[in-house]
Parts: sequence; C-alpha cells; structure tokens
Amino acid sequence: MEEIAIRSGGAAGDGIASIGETLSKCLSRMGLHVFGFNAYQSVIRGGHVWFQARAAKERVYSQGDGCDILYALNKETAQIHLPSLRRGGVLVYDPENFTVADSELPVGTRALSVPTLAVARKFTSQPILQNAAGLGAVSFLAGIPLEVIQRTIADSFGTKKGDVVDWNVNGAGEGYRYAQQHGAPVGSAVAPAGPPKYLMAGNQAIALGAAAAGCKFLSQYPMTPASSIMHWMAAHSHQVGVVVKQAEDELAAINMAIGASFGGVRSMTATSGGGFSLMVEALGMAGMAEIPLVVVESQRCGPSTGLPTKTEQGDLNLMLGAGQGEFPRAILAPTHPVDAFRATIRAFELAEAWQTPILVASDLHLSESYATVDPGELDLNVDIPSLYTVEPNGGEYLRYRYTPSGVSPRSFPGQPGLNYVSGSDEHDEKGHLISDVKSGVPIWVAERTKMMSKRMRKLDGLAQATELPQILGPPSAELSFVAWGSTVGAVRDAMALLAARGVATNLIHLPTVYPIHAAELGRLLGSAKRTLLVEANFSGQLGRLIRAETGIHLTERLLKFDGEPFYPMEIVGRATEVLSHGR
Amino acid sequence: MAGSATAAHPTAGTTLKMVVGKSDTKPTWCPGCGDFGVVAAVEMAVKRLQIPSHDVVIVSGIGCSSNLPHFLSSYGFHGIHGRALPVAEGVRWANHGLTVIATGGDGDGFGIGAGHFVHTMRRNVDMTYVTMDNQIYGLTTGQASPTSMMGHKTKSTPTGVIENPIDPIALALASGATYVARGFSGDVKHMAELVANGIQHKGFAFVDALSPCVTYNKLNTFDWFRQRIYKLEGSGHDPTNLQLAWQRALEWGDKIPIGLFYKTDRPTYEDLEEVLAAGPLTKQPSGLKGREDLLKEFL
Repeated sequence: MEEIAIRSGGAAGDGIASIGETLSKCLSRMGLHVFGFNAYQSVIRGGHVWFQARAAKERVYSQGDGCDILYALNKETAQIHLPSLRRGGVLVYDPENFTVADSELPVGTRALSVPTLAVARKFTSQPILQNAAGLGAVSFLAGIPLEVIQRTIADSFGTKKGDVVDWNVNGAGEGYRYAQQHGAPVGSAVAPAGPPKYLMAGNQAIALGAAAAGCKFLSQYPMTPASSIMHWMAAHSHQVGVVVKQAEDELAAINMAIGASFGGVRSMTATSGGGFSLMVEALGMAGMAEIPLVVVESQRCGPSTGLPTKTEQGDLNLMLGAGQGEFPRAILAPTHPVDAFRATIRAFELAEAWQTPILVASDLHLSESYATVDPGELDLNVDIPSLYTVEPNGGEYLRYRYTPSGVSPRSFPGQPGLNYVSGSDEHDEKGHLISDVKSGVPIWVAERTKMMSKRMRKLDGLAQATELPQILGPPSAELSFVAWGSTVGAVRDAMALLAARGVATNLIHLPTVYPIHAAELGRLLGSAKRTLLVEANFSGQLGRLIRAETGIHLTERLLKFDGEPFYPMEIVGRATEVLSHGR
Repeated sequence: MAGSATAAHPTAGTTLKMVVGKSDTKPTWCPGCGDFGVVAAVEMAVKRLQIPSHDVVIVSGIGCSSNLPHFLSSYGFHGIHGRALPVAEGVRWANHGLTVIATGGDGDGFGIGAGHFVHTMRRNVDMTYVTMDNQIYGLTTGQASPTSMMGHKTKSTPTGVIENPIDPIALALASGATYVARGFSGDVKHMAELVANGIQHKGFAFVDALSPCVTYNKLNTFDWFRQRIYKLEGSGHDPTNLQLAWQRALEWGDKIPIGLFYKTDRPTYEDLEEVLAAGPLTKQPSGLKGREDLLKEFL
C-alpha cells in the first residue's frame, strides 16, 4: 500500500498538535484516508511531544511505523525520530534551532534546512510563527497543494480575521516556495484522491453519537483522555440541546446522570479509569434501580495515576467487575471513530431497552487519535422514540413488575398516577424496600431471589441484542489474531503488511466484550488454525475472560503495557514468530 | 416571603388525593425518633402548597432518615450514601418543572456527601434540602457524626469526640445558599413553615432539622434542645442581613436559634443554564435528525 507519513515533533507548547492536526486535515481534504496520532506528555510546556499524520488512498487504521517527512523543532526530536525516517525521507529543520550533520541522517534520507524563524521575523516577534513556514515547506514535500495548506490554516482560525491569520497564511506561502526552490517532493508525495473526508477524533465521534442518540444530559469531571467528549459537547451545547455539567467530582458526575435519567432524559457520563473507580458504587445503583445509563470509560495507562497521557487496555477487569454484587451490564468496545459513533448510539438504545448501565470501552488511542470518516458512514438520522411509554390504567402501577424479559414499565416524575420510589436497596415489584424489616422473613427471602433473577434475566436479552464476535479476513487463514478496541486498528494494518508478504491472516474481534457470546466465539476460535492474542495490558485480560467463558486458553500472546499504542510491525514480527513455531 | 406559604403552587392539583400524603409504607424509625417530626413537616409543607404528588420528587441517600421518601406518596429516589444532592440536581435539570426535595442525615450530608453539599449551594440549584441532624450515626448503631459535639462519647469515640463539629448553618452561609434555616422536630408546625417557604424560595433552600436520636444520642435529646432553642422570628433578627445571619449561626450553647437565618435572591443554576431556557429537557426535542450542518467542522 502506498502511503505517506509525516511526523512533527518538539516540546510541549511548540504547537506540535496543531501542526499535526493541520496536516491531517489537509490530507483528509484531499480525499485521502488519514490516521493522526498525537503523542504527548503530562506537561504543558517542555518535554518531548510528537504527532504522526499517516495517509493513503485506502483506509489506514493506525499511526503506522516509519515516516517519510520528519519536521523537527528541536534536536531531541531529530535524535529520537531520525531512525524512523524511511528511505527517501526528508528531515525538515531550521538551522537556527539546531544543526544536524549528514552523518546523523539514516542511509537514503536527506535534510532540508528551512529558515522558518527568519520567515517568522518578517511578520512578528513571536517565534511560534515559524510553524507556518514549516507547514508550508512540509506541504510542498508531501504533495499538499499550496492553496490547500493555506486554506486549512486560515480555517483553523475559524471566523477570526486579521494580522495573525494573514501572517500564518503568508508564512506558509514563504515556506512552501522556499522548499520548492531548494528541494523536491518525497517519492511518496500524495495527489488529490477524491472528495474531502471528515476527520475526527474518537471522542468527537462519541459526543456526536451521543447527541444523535438523543442524549440530553452529559455530566463529567475532567480527566484525560475522556475530557474532550465534554469539550465537544460543551462547545455545541446550544446547537445540540444538551446540558453539559462539569461536576465537582466523578461521584457527582455519575449520580447526576442517574438523576437525569430517572427524571426522564437520556444521559451519559464519561471518564477514565481513575474516575470510573469512583463511579463504581453508583454504577451498581443504576443496575439495582434499573436506570438506563451510558458510561464511557476511556482507559489510560494505570495502575493509579499511571501514565496519564499514554494508552492501555488495562481496565477490562475493572469494567467487568465494577460494583458490589451482580447486575446486568454490557461493555461495547469500538475500534475506530466510525465504530465509536455507532457504538455510542447503540449504547443508548441498549441502556434504554434493558434499563441498565451500558459501558463504552474506549482508550486514549481511540479517544484522541484522529481518523477519516467517509460522509456516508455517519448517519445522524437516528429514530428516537419517546421515553414516555406507560399510561395509568386504573390498576396498581408496579415499577419493577416481573416480566419474562426482566424489563418492567418505567414511568417518570411528572406523570400522574404512576408515582413510585426508586432505590438502591432491594425492593419488591412496587419498589418498596425489602431490605430492613422484611429481610430474612421467608416470603421476602423468596422475593429477593425473584427480583434478583428478574434483573439478571436482562443479561440474556442483552446477549441477544448485542453484536456478535466478528471475523475479518479469510476464514481459513494460517493465523487468527484476537483483539478488542483500538488495538484492532494496528492489527488490521499488520494483516495488510502480512498479506503483502503472502501470509494470509484473519482477525477475531469483539465489538461486544461483554456479554461475551461464548458459543459463537468458541466456534470461531475452534476453527482457527493458530491464534495470537494482542492486548495492551500486562495479563491478557480479554484472554482470561475468553478462557473463563469458553474454556479456550489463548497461549500465544502479544501483550504490551508500555503506554504506547501497537505498531503494525511489532505485530507482524510476533505473528511471524508464532507462524514459524513447529515448522 | 414569610406568611405566603399558603399560596398555591402553579401546578396545584384540583383533587386532594393528588396531593402528597403518607404512602402505604409505615416509617421504620424507633418510637419517638425526631424524624417523625420531619416527615410530618415535609408532608404538611407540600400539602399546604397543594403541589400535585406526581410533581414532587423526594431524593435521599442512606441512613435512618434517608428512608423518608418511602413514607410519602410522591415520586422518590432512595440512592446511595452521600449522593442525594447530585441525584436531585440531575432530576431537577432533566425536568425543572418538578419540585425537588432532598432529605437525609448529618452523616450523609455533612460527612460522606460534604463536597456535594458545598457545590450544590454555590450553584444555587432551585431545590430544597432538609437534613435530619441528630449528631450521631443511627443506622450503623451509634458512631460519631460530623456534627457530634466535642467530647461526645460514642461507640467510635469512647473517650469523646476530639474533632470540632461542622456547623451546617455557617457552612451553608459560606457556600452561598440563598435560603438558610434551622428547624426542630419538636416543633413540627414551625418546621413545616420553614420547609414550605424553602420550597417556594427560588434557589437552594437549606433547612437543618434538629432531629434527636432517641436511641443512640443521649446527649442532644429533645429536652436538651427544648432548654436551649429560641425562635429567630420575634427576636429582632433580620434574615436579609448576612452579617447578622453569621452572628446567629455561631450561637450554639446555652442558646440555640431556630428559624430563618438568611434569605437572598440570586439567579438559580437553571436560570443561567441557557439550554434550559427552551423549557424542561424532558419536553425538548432530542437527536440530530437533519442536522448534517454539524458535520461541516470535520471537513
């Protein structure tokens, strides 16, 4: 597959993310598929940050491995990333920032020095404007037309007009022309490939999906990497008619969302593992009180505060077991922004249909990476039925009526004749608690068993209503990868690399991590010739769940917990190793 | 606002049976518990305002007193320990046509839920919060609470409490509550007046109800309070004066004031949350059908 990868790097505060986002947008506007990966640290200034924008005509599912253009704002970036510069690649730098000797360049690569700071000084004393000249030079090398980069830069200022916008646009022009005079595009330079595509981060897709699903209330406490769900929704609060509440803590956030759901609107909260840990008690209450609730858990590297800006899939055990006692839940694991949009909509539908919490398992890599979406892939026209489905019929209203499905008719405050008390204590069909003077009395002991069974019956319905394990690629492949969530992206890219080498592989992935659909999964795994479990955690948490639910022990594994996303080549390497066993 | 408690609620029902009354669940409190006085006062207050029972939501956390929603015929939510207020806020923001009352104990509100107490007040959410303050943990059989007095010997403090108690009234004043009152379970009519005025107050109304635990608190008994309480009404107190409210809030000893400490008008959270200007969220359209304009920013 022909592709281009542009990497930029520097210190936090240098504007690296905005360089990367601008380049990603240029490429998506040219009709290419893009994956944008922002590698940053838990600092506001200093340190080392970098961004990789990777593009191709076919869909790219990960940040890929090497790069073709490396735009380095400091020496550290050059030192760290030059080894990734592919043959034919170019290092772009300003000798005023640092110098580089030819001997430091990998074989087959070249360097282009661009006087970006000198260009900046023509307009302003602010050195950050060097980025505009850098963007211009990089665009020329990458095949991005001048008008595309200039337009994209201008658009990034929104409706803002004036000197700063002009300086940036003109600075890019100067950088572009300098590169034109002193260099040549890289061999993998791109050309316009079709109508523009959408470029969005996983969290934007989740927020958009929530609003499309009829969410009216989102409460959150800031925590990386979930915060940008709140940011998007808050910025569009009026346009989409969603109340966004930044709560005092995650305890309040989830309890507010539960209150809003009880009050009669679809609601959601989102957090990362630390915040989710605080939400655990209330999650169980939503299960007990049978209140629809969508919770997005965007995982980051743990345990504890861990690596706050780095990715991991280490919270599966937590999500499976969160809450004392047992209650029905589902865990959806989207792999890509398109998937995240749809999974969020599905989460709302499931939460409402089964009156229980539904978790959307994201992680930093999915939540914050950018990917292209074809316009036809996002359908905002979601049918949203009224929540008010129960009318008084003269008889006694039983909020927790026993039904074959376990789902009982739900009324809302404000509806006459359907008053009830919802609660976290065990209760009877009417909602009366059986936790104090009735507990231990034989008829109420039986009642508890009946009520618990009623709730847990919903798990059967959830299993029926959720997406089955999927197989991608040829069914008779020599090797079956097993993965979930954002890791699926790098596996898909690895599969393409292996296919190019003549090695056919497939992927068994789980859009629904729980309930796990053991029979279907067992069938897929049973027909696999060899398997390789790929997960971003220490112990292989999905592998453990699969073993518990199907009895199948996936012994070949590629596990990583260094905070970095999977790179296709490391998956290719491990797959090759596994395939060579016993040959 | 005092004296206006008999004015009808805008959505008052026409039939008396629609008004909040006792439910078919009998309180499980110990005979003589102060909380009987509080539930009676809450019932009296909503009855007097003639708010239809289906428009009232009573939200609580966990503790003896938090069982209160079960004993009245309105909608109710009996949540988890310390989280009554965030649930109540969520209910209120989902449908701000509802009358939302949170109830609970001193452990629930000033211990495990203290953070929410402070933040709900600074937001001035238009709701009423009635705490049944008995200065002890009753349901867990008699440990010290955040309002237990210094020196109070309890199961968890056999040699006496060594922490300064929280002063809920002072905390409410400091946190920006716009209606701050204290009632006493031994005077149900007076408390009902405070609660009714609190419900009618536009903003966060806090009523700390001195509600003795007859089983585990042998120090702060009905008699102990009767010897000390006096009413702010008729004492020359001006509840519009924050300085005077502070002075009265700090009185706790031989004399303990009950009544309205402070009342002021400030825009509520619901007033300032612009999305709610279009009406209760429950009545607003939802979803993004035909809203492809929202996708333009991604191009």
